[in-house]
Amino acid sequence: MSRIDRDGLGRRARAAAPACAFWSLRAVAASHEVLRVRDDIAEAPELGEDSGVMVTVIDAGGIGHAATADTSEAGLRAAFSAARHLARTMGNQGVHRFHADSLPSPRGDYLGADERPLPDTISARIDLLAEACRAMRIDDRVIDRSAVATLSTTEQWLLTSAGGDAFQRFRHTVPNLTAVACVAGETQTRSSGGQHNGFCRQGGFEAIEASGLLTDGARVADEAIQLAMAPNCPTGEMSVLLMPDQMMLQIHESIGHPLELDRILGDERNFAGTSFVTLDMFGHYQYGSTLLNVSHDPSRRDEFASFGFDDDGETARRERLIENGLLLRPLGGTVSLARARERRPGFVDTDLPIATSRASNWNRAPIDRMSNLNVEPGDTPFEAMVASIDDGVAMWTNTSWSIDDARNKFQFGCEFGRRIRSGKLAEVVRNPNYRGVSATFWRSLSLVGDAATVGVLGTPYCGKGEPMQVVRVGHASPVCRFDQVAVFGGSS
Amino acid sequence: MTLDQDAFAAIAAAVCTPVAGADRVLLSLAGETSDFVRFNQARIRQMTRVDQLDARLSVVHGRRRADASVSLSGQPDVDRATLLGWRERLLSLLPALPEDPHLRLPEAVRNTHRDDTTNTGGTGLPTIDALVPPVLEAAAGLDFVGFLAAGPMVRAFADSRGQRNWHRVESFSLDFSLHLTGVSQSTPSGHGDGDEPAHGSRLAHAATEVPRRRDRAVKAHYADTRWQADVFAARMAEARLAAERLSRPAIALPPGAYRAWLSPEAMADLLGLLSWGGFSAKARKTGTSPLGRFAAGEVAMQAGIRMDEDTAGAIAPCFTTDGDVRPQRVPLIVDGRDVGVLVSPRSAGEYGLAANAGHHEGPDSLALAAGALPTDEAAILAAIDDGLWIGNLWYLNYSDRAACRMTGMTRFACFRVQQGRIVAPIEPMRFDDELPRLLGPALVGLGNDARFMPSSDTWGSRQLQSMRTPGALISDLRFTL
Repeated sequence: MSRIDRDGLGRRARAAAPACAFWSLRAVAASHEVLRVRDDIAEAPELGEDSGVMVTVIDAGGIGHAATADTSEAGLRAAFSAARHLARTMGNQGVHRFHADSLPSPRGDYLGADERPLPDTISARIDLLAEACRAMRIDDRVIDRSAVATLSTTEQWLLTSAGGDAFQRFRHTVPNLTAVACVAGETQTRSSGGQHNGFCRQGGFEAIEASGLLTDGARVADEAIQLAMAPNCPTGEMSVLLMPDQMMLQIHESIGHPLELDRILGDERNFAGTSFVTLDMFGHYQYGSTLLNVSHDPSRRDEFASFGFDDDGETARRERLIENGLLLRPLGGTVSLARARERRPGFVDTDLPIATSRASNWNRAPIDRMSNLNVEPGDTPFEAMVASIDDGVAMWTNTSWSIDDARNKFQFGCEFGRRIRSGKLAEVVRNPNYRGVSATFWRSLSLVGDAATVGVLGTPYCGKGEPMQVVRVGHASPVCRFDQVAVFGGSS
Repeated sequence: MTLDQDAFAAIAAAVCTPVAGADRVLLSLAGETSDFVRFNQARIRQMTRVDQLDARLSVVHGRRRADASVSLSGQPDVDRATLLGWRERLLSLLPALPEDPHLRLPEAVRNTHRDDTTNTGGTGLPTIDALVPPVLEAAAGLDFVGFLAAGPMVRAFADSRGQRNWHRVESFSLDFSLHLTGVSQSTPSGHGDGDEPAHGSRLAHAATEVPRRRDRAVKAHYADTRWQADVFAARMAEARLAAERLSRPAIALPPGAYRAWLSPEAMADLLGLLSWGGFSAKARKTGTSPLGRFAAGEVAMQAGIRMDEDTAGAIAPCFTTDGDVRPQRVPLIVDGRDVGVLVSPRSAGEYGLAANAGHHEGPDSLALAAGALPTDEAAILAAIDDGLWIGNLWYLNYSDRAACRMTGMTRFACFRVQQGRIVAPIEPMRFDDELPRLLGPALVGLGNDARFMPSSDTWGSRQLQSMRTPGALISDLRFTL
């Protein structure tokens, strides 16, 4: 049963909506549960519901948004009134002139992956985490263990004055294991899925199983101990093998954000930043080596940011953004694409916007975001990738990320590293870090793993926008090899 | 819709009552009515009104506890029914939950009340209709990018023992930057201005050229409870003056160590990252704190360093979502030595400490005490002599958490200084250095003026955190890229 009363809400919205060129209502009803077991003790569960609507009005050439959790007719009337007032205030002072068909009006339903139910009581779900936490109790040198699951269900409904009526439902599952080990005064942390929840999927119990939450405890704890005893990662220029749980961050920061069209148009210059990519580059710029193929794919149902329609109503489609290293298209929704065309007609060779205008919740207006942004697999088996490296480092699991505001100069760190010597994986190293420049780094891509090396990951914490918004993003990637990378370790 | 105190009292009276199956019922509320306006190129990008009221409801029985966060509508009858429904649901869960031996709740009942609207003699906040025109007028002809947030914010707490806490502020924040897109580049292969190719040739990007940034900017911020046209005009004039300096050709510096003045804004970025686990009791106890080695005496800061969680001197509420009333001031570092940490209620139970902070164990009102360096521009430039003026930092993270080694980028107005004079802006550079070293052997001095900077963060809701810090002169800040 839907938590959104579409009949009643639609009736009240139509009664409350003003006379204007266009209006829409985007309702969001989300429920969540956060469960934590730390050192075998269950902390208080956090449950919750969050529901409200964002109404949008286009009038007098401007656009205005108003968010409220009061969905009575009076509440909606007040929100519509505020949105119309803001639209008129913008009027002809906006960056773009809006009209009745500036935004799409889709029809349809989308139900995300949700194949197998979780245990049906909260105590049974806590028991699962307790077992996972216990599995990390392998040695006294493991001094802190936690198992966490963030489980949520979100429904969205978009209703527009032009006949749009699109309903969506998603189940998001974010499991995590973290172990801290201390050996002779050296403390290191290892996780399954990343300390910052890099393993995140849509789906039910199948996502929990795929994460390794139920099976990975002993490995995670053991690797924490290994890290605490390991030498620091060496410093030097060498080849690196980046595993999918680091590739997801590399894609996110140095492909995803630079390709966001609102950055390129300058909207984010006061906060999240600009981009080294400019409108004239599309169709011409060699972003990476010819092995680099990148797709925007919101249609992969188990990936974290899959959907049927974006929050402006654009229909989701799989699109190739970079092909054989050549930059083809930006991540730009309906409004941004129209604005970019005004500035540079024909800058891309298609009229179709990419469905990527999204909001973090009912209380924020949509902006250009990554959704599922994936590197396509190549044809090299993992063993062959390792064998191809004479002297290098393999790195797993992002733990540190920093990049300049044009998304060019970056420095990233991982939880776990292993030296590669003479084509074989060798000793564990701690604090593996590397730095580079986006515009040249992707050109050093020299091998792309086959489909068997692909990991489907993402992040629940992609931040951007004014007001600030955190959205869910998916990144699937094979293992990738990069050459002549500046690698370094910790301070001591 | 923003909650008024009478409505809060009515909700609290209905929900926070003695009830079978619970020793205590706790209710925490956070609400705002906010107008948000985004600007780009001195035009309006997006305007949004947000009315939101979020509740956190908890029930506790013995050592069992369950929490729920719920969005409220602002309609009293609806919200009362919503919260009572959730109270029943949580009560029904309690018997099946495991006990938490570390559960701890406040013992004393302490009521507090702060209403900055009352203190300032009633609302002085203009409407969005009055705020937007002067901004657009002042921005005309400039590449102005900014964000205006305005409106009241409320935080409140009640529990079934009768404790009541109320905190209301009404403020605006205009965070903006002035950009130069027609600037000369440091190399002749620069990419050019705007969105057009520099030399009219798309082939410029076809090979292996690395595109260079096109955009330099200066950042400014104006926040208060009343709009004062003359203050805004002064901020704009300062920003325009600073922007003029950016029009000179930029210098791309080689990596290395540079004497550097870190402005209060740049210091706030460093301290903001330090707040991520640096002062957490749990992080200290589990060996994951970036200040663990400092606390153990393995590294030292200078004797003049003092940091406090200064609730009394800031704008965050003095109570937590569990109803703990925070100390007015928690000394964290005194005379360059570790003296205290921030302790959540659960850490208090686990480690036998006194609770003095919220669940996240991060400072909301961190204050670094001022030093002795004069902070007029001429004095700072003379003190730098040969080095860098760092206006802002960006996107900081730990490159080695155990060593409190931080990395990040320079951003906005950063300049090369030689012979005590600004000679050119610099291209963005990456630093990578250890904060205890920067506040220890590498610290030349702290500025004599600790600047109060309210947070302009709006993650999910507008925030009430702040930072108070002076600038710092560093003898050799390490840059790597």
